[in-house]
Amino acid sequence: MRNIKRNLFLVLLALIASFYAASAAYAQEGQPGYPTDNDVNRIAKKLYCPVCPNTPLDVCETKACEDWRAQIRDQLSEGWSEQQVMDYFVAQYGERVLAEPQRKGFTSLVWFLPLTAVLIGTGVVYEILRSWRNQKTATTAVPPLPEIPKELLEKIEREIRELD
Amino acid sequence: MIADIGLITLTIAFIFTVYATFASAYGGWRGRWDLVESARNASLLAFPFLTVSVIVIVYSLYVLDFSLAYVYDVSSQAMSPFLRMAALWGGQQGSILFWAWMMAGFVAAVLLRKWERDREMMPYFIATAMLTTAFFVGVVLFITNPFMRLWHIEGAAELTQALFQPANSMPYYPEDGGGLNPLLRHFGMIGHPPTTYLGFTGFVIPFSFAIAALITGQSRGDEWIRTTRRWTLVAWIFLSIGLILGGRWAYDVLGWGGFWGWDPVENAMLMPWLTGTAFLHSVMMTEKRGMMKRWNMVLIILTYSLALFGTFITRTGVISSVHAFTKSALGPAFFAFIGLTFIGSVTILYLRWDTLKSEHTLESFISRESAFVLQNMLFLAITFVVFWGTIFPLISELVTGIKITVGPPYFQKATGPLFFVLVILMGIAPLLAWRKQAVRTFGKAIWIPFIASLGIAGIWGYTHRMHPASILGLWLVTFSLSTTLAEFWKGVQARHATRGENPFTAFINLIGRNHRRYGGYIIHLSVVLIALGFIGDANFKLETQGTVSSGESLTIGDYQLQFEQLRAYPGSDGREIIEAVTTLSQDGEVIRTLNPRRDYFTVQQQPVTVPGVYSTPGKDVYVLLVGWDDSGQSATFKIYVNSFINWVWIGGLMMIVGTIIAAWNTPGQREATYVLKPGALTSHPLLQES
Repeated sequence: MRNIKRNLFLVLLALIASFYAASAAYAQEGQPGYPTDNDVNRIAKKLYCPVCPNTPLDVCETKACEDWRAQIRDQLSEGWSEQQVMDYFVAQYGERVLAEPQRKGFTSLVWFLPLTAVLIGTGVVYEILRSWRNQKTATTAVPPLPEIPKELLEKIEREIRELD
Repeated sequence: MIADIGLITLTIAFIFTVYATFASAYGGWRGRWDLVESARNASLLAFPFLTVSVIVIVYSLYVLDFSLAYVYDVSSQAMSPFLRMAALWGGQQGSILFWAWMMAGFVAAVLLRKWERDREMMPYFIATAMLTTAFFVGVVLFITNPFMRLWHIEGAAELTQALFQPANSMPYYPEDGGGLNPLLRHFGMIGHPPTTYLGFTGFVIPFSFAIAALITGQSRGDEWIRTTRRWTLVAWIFLSIGLILGGRWAYDVLGWGGFWGWDPVENAMLMPWLTGTAFLHSVMMTEKRGMMKRWNMVLIILTYSLALFGTFITRTGVISSVHAFTKSALGPAFFAFIGLTFIGSVTILYLRWDTLKSEHTLESFISRESAFVLQNMLFLAITFVVFWGTIFPLISELVTGIKITVGPPYFQKATGPLFFVLVILMGIAPLLAWRKQAVRTFGKAIWIPFIASLGIAGIWGYTHRMHPASILGLWLVTFSLSTTLAEFWKGVQARHATRGENPFTAFINLIGRNHRRYGGYIIHLSVVLIALGFIGDANFKLETQGTVSSGESLTIGDYQLQFEQLRAYPGSDGREIIEAVTTLSQDGEVIRTLNPRRDYFTVQQQPVTVPGVYSTPGKDVYVLLVGWDDSGQSATFKIYVNSFINWVWIGGLMMIVGTIIAAWNTPGQREATYVLKPGALTSHPLLQES
């Protein structure tokens, strides 16, 4: 039983993870025409323009960004891997070119703090609801209600429905 | 000369707002009702005086009075009269004046409508609302004044902006102005700022009533919530419209094939919307069950502070660069005021904490109450994720000195699961009864929508794209949609069975009988449709880019785009247009011609990419002209296939309809303080024991 639950949980996790999977198909290294514009954009999408505020490199229209995209193309045709290109840009222009913040060093806080907050929040909500429920048990020393015939209850129910 | 009138009325309005703040606070404190009435009159007068200032600016923009620096900045001869007037909110000075004017308008409307009804709270309502208005009018007057003129000081290389003539200077009248940023010349950007500002400023009403209720001790009752409910809804819907128009603008103008980019400016608007939505729900807990009174206060303080914070971010540009902060006095002034508002209201809340005791009892974890609490937690968690991601670059720069970017991948990954749970909750929470929901009746209500949604999502996902994430996303949407529709269905069925009404009349009467509930459900449906747009954007988007010669085609999905030719011609508003003629076909059959273009605004030296879009309810084919060969023989295109994107706009329209219904008072029906749900009696434990 535990195993089934765990498996279900893993399947769910995988599903959620695949939520973010990129969609377009790209040419692969070694195929004719490599690198295509799509190969360049796939990497440029993960980078931010080093000069314009808040603009991803794949959509930035400035001349500088055009040159950077051309540079990515050259690097790819020289056989660089995606990671090598990304590392090169980080080394050249700093961490700010990465669209997705890293998960190391001080920057990892951007990921971990919200996660912690959500976990704590869930705990707090549970605690609050539990305490409210306990308050109820303390005050339910209400005398038992007189018996109400089932027909009457059903009639009231019917009338509530009509009211709506 | 006419500009001087605007400056004078602005100054008078400032004096009125400051006077109203102090007179009402003092009058309320000392019980001097004459002072409070005088403050009320001053508040009412501030609005017409500000109106004159606004009219003067609009008029100057229209007649192109370039002696004003603001007109010179945002207006130009090439612009149409309509655009010139809309330039009121095209720049900083004008938009803050506009902000202050709308806020004064809201306060005046409340004072005219609610004066008799809520007299006790009025002194502090005026004081709180007018303090904020005074701040904004003061900012316009002293920091970013739209009535500044251009002067040329002898021997100086640059022009000087000043209200009054500096020594040794001559007034300067430029021939033509810079004109509005070309990117802003779009209906979305014409409508986006006013609606957003209406949303932001509208929250001053519930906020000020909340503070007034705290100070007077009226917070014990929930009168302030009843008074402000519709005002809150108005603010909320305008903020929603602002968000959607902003998205539409981004989609049409920014040329990246999407409508939401998690930009700091967008996030700044989203945050008060999130907490405002939580507030709209949590007040129901107070109204129906007398619970969460403190929490409402926390939420409205947070919402209003975030609205101010949003204005701060958008108007100072502090997030993209710390240095923007000190460039003018605007940043520090805003920062101080937000701090004052937040700390001040939290202090008042702390002092009055004990007056807000409410009885919290919960009979079961499976109940409407639990759903509300969980929903509030989720909204707050999403707000925190967005807030943290938005300000983190700033924190990183301040702490480590390293600039970093927090881009869309962070926001998608961090908020995605939270939104997912929230939409499920939205689907099932309306089915839960207050106090206690019997599991069996709940299961009965849920199993048909659940199975149906599984089936629909499975088939739909299978025919569209076999990908687990897309199927999961489609399931989410179909599930929430069907549970909400089932609520309508049940209501219609009941009316049909008991009164013999035909389904259509039954449907109309159903909504007519309880505007608030069914208006709310329509809003829920609209949120589901918008969620569908986001899911399409995340999971079904296709994109490709390529360079083709005349006669060649690019292929994406089952579409082909054939490039015919390139042409250049001059356009309106002083722009040069380069346009590509392309033919879009699907599976070899020609659909239509698309003309993606690049407009070059000569004066501003700025290109604007205008997509060619083939739009259907299911998907958009969105084509951008990215580049071209100088001979015109080849061109580079970027093509996106955006699935379900139109449902965002349709959902937006539906949200407006739902809000209007929800805000409409149900005729002849006093609002019930406690709503009995069908099933509540028969499933009640106390009754069943007997």
